[in-house]
Amino acid sequence: MAVLVVFLPLLAAFIAGFFGRVIGDRASQLVTCGGIVLSALLGIPLFREILSQEHAQIIPIVTWIAAGGVDVQWSLRLDTLSGVMIVAVTIVSAMVHIYSVGYMAHDAGIPRFFAYLSLFTFFMLMLATANDFVQLFFGWEGVGLLSYLLIGFWYDRKSANDASIKAFLVNRVGDFGFALGIFATFVIFGSLDFDTVFGKAPSAVGTTMNFLDWQVPSLTLACILLFIGAMGKSAQLGLHTWLPDAMEGPTPVSALIHAATMVTAGVFMVCRLSPMFEYAPAALAVVGVIGGTTAVFAASVGMAQNDIKRVIAYSTCSQLGYMFFAAGVSAYTAAMFHLFTHAFFKALLFLGAGSVIHAMSAEQDMRRMGGLWNKIPITYALMWVGSLSLAGIPIFAGYYSKDMILSASWASGTAVGRYSFCLGIFTAFLTAFYSWRLLIMTFHGQPRADEETLHHVHESPWVMLIPLFILGFGAVFAGILADHWFVGEGRGEFWKHSILVLPQHDSIAAAEHVSWIIDYLPLIAGLLGIAVAYVCYSLIPELPSRLAMRFRAIYLFLLNKWYFDELYDRLFVRTAFSLGEGLWKTGDATIIDGLGPDGIAAATRELAREASRLQTGYVYHYAFAMLIGVVALVTWYLVPR
Amino acid sequence: MPIGLAHYLTVAAILFTLGIFGIFLNRKNVIIIMMSIELMLLAVNINFVAFSVVLNDLVGQIFAMFVLTVAAAEAAIGLAILVVYFRNRGTIQVEDIDMMKG
Repeated sequence: MAVLVVFLPLLAAFIAGFFGRVIGDRASQLVTCGGIVLSALLGIPLFREILSQEHAQIIPIVTWIAAGGVDVQWSLRLDTLSGVMIVAVTIVSAMVHIYSVGYMAHDAGIPRFFAYLSLFTFFMLMLATANDFVQLFFGWEGVGLLSYLLIGFWYDRKSANDASIKAFLVNRVGDFGFALGIFATFVIFGSLDFDTVFGKAPSAVGTTMNFLDWQVPSLTLACILLFIGAMGKSAQLGLHTWLPDAMEGPTPVSALIHAATMVTAGVFMVCRLSPMFEYAPAALAVVGVIGGTTAVFAASVGMAQNDIKRVIAYSTCSQLGYMFFAAGVSAYTAAMFHLFTHAFFKALLFLGAGSVIHAMSAEQDMRRMGGLWNKIPITYALMWVGSLSLAGIPIFAGYYSKDMILSASWASGTAVGRYSFCLGIFTAFLTAFYSWRLLIMTFHGQPRADEETLHHVHESPWVMLIPLFILGFGAVFAGILADHWFVGEGRGEFWKHSILVLPQHDSIAAAEHVSWIIDYLPLIAGLLGIAVAYVCYSLIPELPSRLAMRFRAIYLFLLNKWYFDELYDRLFVRTAFSLGEGLWKTGDATIIDGLGPDGIAAATRELAREASRLQTGYVYHYAFAMLIGVVALVTWYLVPR
Repeated sequence: MPIGLAHYLTVAAILFTLGIFGIFLNRKNVIIIMMSIELMLLAVNINFVAFSVVLNDLVGQIFAMFVLTVAAAEAAIGLAILVVYFRNRGTIQVEDIDMMKG
């Protein structure tokens, strides 16, 4: 069954991808949607089966690499951790597939799009069920590739091509770290199999290895390198720049890849490798600090953006920061919980935003929206659900996971925990603020669109709304239903051995004893954020612009995303360009070409021209040459040597 | 002073050199080139005959007959070529015959 769950999307992608033209748009949609829905339906009994087993079930598929000391098996590892990912990925993916039938109805490349989506799902499942680092890397690169292809899906747009290249390149930086981390792991443990590595992890504490001529603690080094990979994939501070640009892709892609699944792969990886990270507290501290900083950074940038998808993209970045700092205080289960709930409500928000964009004839700028709530009431209601969940209002899913993350980070008692707690509370405020800013700017106030667009505003077709309802259901109930199992009393029984938390690090257990004020602080911050947004954008609409004028520097700083793009442009892009141009013009054109092909060609031509001048065409010159030759020959033979 | 082999050879060498210079210093006419070639062949003939007498070997004189025959044939063919060339090109100036120029 597990094999079926994982390989159905691959099969569907294969059919739609290679025979899409033969079988047509409709059949491609049916095949891929059918494949993924079946996979999602099978995923639920599979998950129950996983839960009933004490140990991770490993289904071997094939021996992939057997070369000397490297022995890589391709197999499916089924434990609670991968089970949670399978369920979340297949359900969200199924919803996105169905939604895309409506959203992409007028597109020219339907079979290609659906084949990509299904192939992406396959790679994501490959990543989730990985049983060793190489398979993890395989899935990791696979989803990266599909992310690239889907961001650049509309390949006739320059911005889409630029964004896809940017995503690919920035991820390369992270993946370089990831690959180094895998090498380091192999050097330390001599194996890439998860069980072997995890079994040996405690014995690696205290060992050191040579890195760039420094003796560094080996486990910490490996973990930090692996985390750099996670930073790239999960768009953490420093390597986040690709995520907002990735919104150039079609909206369902943003929902599936850049909100619900692929970008959470980094969090999943850290949780999966918890038996390594647990023994490397320094690496965990790095994870926590980066996560907390990213959360507040992305949320602050999200406040100032005007593109509806970019706001949600920064929100994703910020929520990923939450997950990372949860992992940083060893609250892996809380991180996975937030990953799970986030998959639902963020996919809902993205698909809802897609529905708005669909209604507004591809308008994405919130400054030209407004007053839409009674024209697209269902989308409006579902966006509310998503936003409430994102802001962490009780009974909605986000409340439980975010609350647990913040309590755990406070309860961990470490400096990193306190740091991320403070930033996390502030982020909760910002999150609520930008969410309601989005809601009010999009749905309330005076309509700011032109007549033509307003005239065409219509509710999306049912094929787009039903997935929204299902995700909305998840966004409401995923938290309340799963709380007990993910982070509550039942968590030991639920997670079993898939996540390791050392007893002295168990911040989730400690979180049960934090004072009520810590417990309620996120909620208060969220409500405050909503209130401020209401005041700023509904009661006194001129306030934001006046504030922006007053604090122009800060506003511009936020609007320009802390100038990260400009900084990278100066530091890397232009340097690379000028280096490239220098090498091209002097290195290649002048030196290599000048001395090599061009130089030799020119010398040959010159020589030939000189030689041809010997050919005067006068017979007597030739005869003279012959005579000289004869004389020379005769002399040669006659002169005694 | 008896006339010896050296004298004959000297005359032949002078004739031969004259022939060579006739070819190379000649800027005017192809016919002069042919005459120069004839001159060189005669120089060779003188050598043949002189050696034949000195060595008392008739082969040299017989060979001189052959050379004369070949020279006659060569002169005939050469003149024929010249006539045809003149018809085609309208000139037999040495300066103008440089079709093989690179």
